[in-house]
Amino acid sequence: MSGRYSAFALVRQGFAGHKGWPQAWRKAKPKPAYDFVIVGGGGHGLATAYYLAKAHKRTRVCVIEKGWLGGGNTGRNTTIVRSNYFYPESVVLYDLALRLYEGLSRELNFNVMLSQRGILNLAHTQAQLEMAARLANAMQLNGVDAELWGPNEVRERLPLMTRSLDSRYLPNGGVWQKRGGTARHDAVAWGYARAADRLGVDVVENCEATGFIMQNGACVGVETTLDEIRSEAVGVAVAGHSSQLMAKAGVKLPIHSYTLQAMVSEPVKPCLDVVVLHLGTGVYASQSDKGEIVFGGGLDRIPSYGQRGSPPMQELVLAGLLEMFPPFGQLKMMRQWGGIVDVVPDSSPIIGPAPAKGIFLNCGWGTGGFKAIPAGGTLLAHLLATGAHHEISRPFDLSRFASGRLIDEAAGSGIEH
Amino acid sequence: MQIFLCPFCGPRDESEFHYVGEPKARPEPAGSVSDADWANYLWFNANPKGEAREIWLHLTCMETFAMTRDTATNAIVANEASARPQP
Repeated sequence: MSGRYSAFALVRQGFAGHKGWPQAWRKAKPKPAYDFVIVGGGGHGLATAYYLAKAHKRTRVCVIEKGWLGGGNTGRNTTIVRSNYFYPESVVLYDLALRLYEGLSRELNFNVMLSQRGILNLAHTQAQLEMAARLANAMQLNGVDAELWGPNEVRERLPLMTRSLDSRYLPNGGVWQKRGGTARHDAVAWGYARAADRLGVDVVENCEATGFIMQNGACVGVETTLDEIRSEAVGVAVAGHSSQLMAKAGVKLPIHSYTLQAMVSEPVKPCLDVVVLHLGTGVYASQSDKGEIVFGGGLDRIPSYGQRGSPPMQELVLAGLLEMFPPFGQLKMMRQWGGIVDVVPDSSPIIGPAPAKGIFLNCGWGTGGFKAIPAGGTLLAHLLATGAHHEISRPFDLSRFASGRLIDEAAGSGIEH
Repeated sequence: MQIFLCPFCGPRDESEFHYVGEPKARPEPAGSVSDADWANYLWFNANPKGEAREIWLHLTCMETFAMTRDTATNAIVANEASARPQP
């Protein structure tokens, strides 16, 4: 068991040459049976295990991860947290996540480096400005902080932003959410893993789920590359590979898997102190604590499981970044990578029981899963522990595709996710 | 930059093509199709990793055709020239 992190512990370990830090979580071996098995050791899976142990006092829980913790999309995203959504159902969901993020470092005793530097959704055309006004109004009505900015506020806050009238996508205003910002993605996974481990959860790395154990039409565990693990119920939080895993239970999902890519520049001195997302170019950018400009754009155009990213989209994103910030043309690029995201027709997640009894889904977050980790974990834990929907997750049930009650966020808030 | 093969125009840049969907049989007759069957047809996909037969559209000539691709490597396996791809 790991000790508590504190300033005192840091000083004490400093005098000891930092050689006495305990392991953050045990290298657990799976037991033959648990109450719950969570497949997927990314943010959502680990958060689910933590909330099962913390909020529902269910500690006979195992998280299995095929690679290393947070090695999938949790470690590949651009670390943005925000709750600037349009529909009431989405706002409740994403603002729950943001509020939990606000207290997460203390809750987990792990610094997730939340930086609420503010996020600005920039608008260029008259139509985008009207959509921005509509979004700001919707957010305020739903009780979330939002300000509508004009061109002067944008120029004052973002001096590096293009201001030439020749610019193709001159920012003319936007929606400002002050509570938005960034958090350290690895720390979120590690923090949840460590906190869950301290409550008795087994976190097993390098263990891939290869199938479900079905008995009388119900799932009673998972087959893995290590051993069979029996459980009352199974939680599935495997993002871009949800279709692959659920096919093993004979379940189809309304998902297409796409590559979403991101890039970082070489580190430079502080020059961009907010998160910006431009509706005109579809590109978003922020500066990391190390000084790198972290940015990305829309999905690759072709469904794919290749964790690389296609060059035409890379070119489009780079062009968009330079259109927004001409001085960034001097920067050297350091890295480019891709993650496989699970895209749902209405750009809203799927949270709820799967058609196969005993399996519960947390997927379909598409390009925006990181910001929702604390909420996704809370809701999947509630589903597993009680067998029923939380008030917040009910609208996101898989049944919405048959009933037609879609929560079309792509059209609603008009933003890239 | 990947080159896709349009059955009508020949090899062209990938950015000219649009992914339409997986080949599926439309449930008929419409009046007696259940909500679940219709949702299944409209939204639910196999989303395979590896070899996948998909419907594509060449935007510049509007040719619709079936292409078999490997979704893990993005390699093109086969092309079928057909204006009305059969599921």
